[in-house]
Amino acid sequence: MKKETIILGIETSCDETAAAVIQGGSTILSSIISSQMESHKRFGGVVPEIASRHHVEQITLIVEEAMEKAEVTFEDIDAVAVTEGPGLVGALLVGVNAAKAIAFAHDLPVIGVHHIAGHIYANHLVKPLEFPLMTLVVSGGHTELIYMKEHGQYELIGETRDDAVGEAYDKVARTIGLPYPGGPRVDKLAQTGEADIDFPRAWLEEDSFDFSFSGLKSAVINTLHNARQKDTEIAPEVIAASFQEAVSDVLVTKTMRAVKKYGADRLLLAGGVAANSGLRGALQEAADREGIQLTIPPLSLCTDNAAMIACAGHFLYEKGQFADDRLNGVPGLALESF
Amino acid sequence: MKLLAVDTSTYVMGAALTENSRPVAEYITHVKKNHSIRLMPAVRSIMQETGWKPGNLDAVAAAEGPGSYTGVRIGVTTAKSMAWALGIPVIGVSSLEVLAFNGRYTGGIISPFFDARRGQVFTGLYRWENGRLVQLKEDRIILHEEWLEEIRRLGEPVTALSPDVEKHEDLLQEKLGPLYTPAVPQDHLPRPSSLACLAADKEGTAAHLFSPNYLRLAEAEAKWREKQKEQQHERK
Ligand SMILES: [Zn+2]
Repeated sequence: MKKETIILGIETSCDETAAAVIQGGSTILSSIISSQMESHKRFGGVVPEIASRHHVEQITLIVEEAMEKAEVTFEDIDAVAVTEGPGLVGALLVGVNAAKAIAFAHDLPVIGVHHIAGHIYANHLVKPLEFPLMTLVVSGGHTELIYMKEHGQYELIGETRDDAVGEAYDKVARTIGLPYPGGPRVDKLAQTGEADIDFPRAWLEEDSFDFSFSGLKSAVINTLHNARQKDTEIAPEVIAASFQEAVSDVLVTKTMRAVKKYGADRLLLAGGVAANSGLRGALQEAADREGIQLTIPPLSLCTDNAAMIACAGHFLYEKGQFADDRLNGVPGLALESF
Repeated sequence: MKLLAVDTSTYVMGAALTENSRPVAEYITHVKKNHSIRLMPAVRSIMQETGWKPGNLDAVAAAEGPGSYTGVRIGVTTAKSMAWALGIPVIGVSSLEVLAFNGRYTGGIISPFFDARRGQVFTGLYRWENGRLVQLKEDRIILHEEWLEEIRRLGEPVTALSPDVEKHEDLLQEKLGPLYTPAVPQDHLPRPSSLACLAADKEGTAAHLFSPNYLRLAEAEAKWREKQKEQQHERK
């Protein structure tokens, strides 16, 4: 019997230094994440230079921990998969150069993985992907609807025209006065309030699957500003709940419409904002209503991790799609089919 | 001892192999092109040309900074990751010391430097004594004017070596006058075989513990510390 493929994954696109070992494309032997959140908190956001400095200090420790926990040696590993982009360039470079050096040392192939492909494949670690499928990708930098007919085939059918969902969450958090990281705090606050304010929803053109959140974000800021000028108080939990409802409403409605139009059998939620309880709940409800199978990764696989990179890398490995020694970190890497 | 040395701390990109401090292969470019794309092909090329295998290496050396933050990280990450994967030590050498190596027949004092913007330079002071490179003043970031006044007072001929020398030529002439000893163009560019020679005399570090020596805080960090100090001051 041929032994199952074992992929070492490395992810350093933002502020998490992560490494993981995946067997057979779906079994997580280990997934180690070292978060730098504490060190960026005092700056109110991720500072790219500081993130890069942390990555270079952590990288070999994290990879070693992942291999030790997985109980594998370099002889067991078939390839090294690493996030090529998009992300912070200085941060990406640490992962990419570490991956190339480790692979060179043991004559292993290197696989460059698109970060968003990684987020999508986090779902494969929960339940094997079935096609055709629709994915709603939501994160600090992305809000996209991606249609897939088969492994490695990505068709972008809609995306945000201004702010990503995560960005809008962070800005609203700052307006309410919540500390970094704001998104999860808005979500938590929203659970304690009533969505009494009818914030605007940007539906755009009738047949468009694009999104826009800048108007909503401005509406939140204006509402708070006007209230302050009139010396009235709006409870922050009401703002949070109303904002969250407006966001979910647009995301869920457009996603369900896309699922129907493209005849997708499966719906996936991917990206850091997939951890948002309001969105998870609303999307689950809509999927149940329409009888659509929905997968949402557990929280540990929603935020950045290397298991998802190794998983996406596994399918590139199967197709023999390897990078060469010139692999580079590409901050604005486009999601291309393989 | 078989050594692989890499230096990406300035726009000069270098990779070298040495055996018992004797250069076996060297790859150097002096063009402003992406190190992240070109370093590993360079390493593979010299390894293939010499028939060396990664498993033959006894240690990996890297220029640990100062220099371009991103540049330094590319070399350091590559060196420490490879050393860790091979279970061998990594040896860090100051990027300035590597450059000072080029002043080996000058007799006088050597000030290698890299431009650090806003009139500042990363620099230190070195001298060759009995066939060895000795550090006289430790590496630092300082206003170049201030630095040149300090070393002029030593009253010795100064060899200033830098890939950025052109930009500083006038200042060097002005501040050092007759003490200034110009160098030929190739001596302003660090060589990876020099890095390997210096590394051979130094202690190795466990790969996990190896990180760049930036000589400067990240800008956001510096500002944050400044603010903390001010606030502390106000509270008093
Ligand atoms: Zn992400």
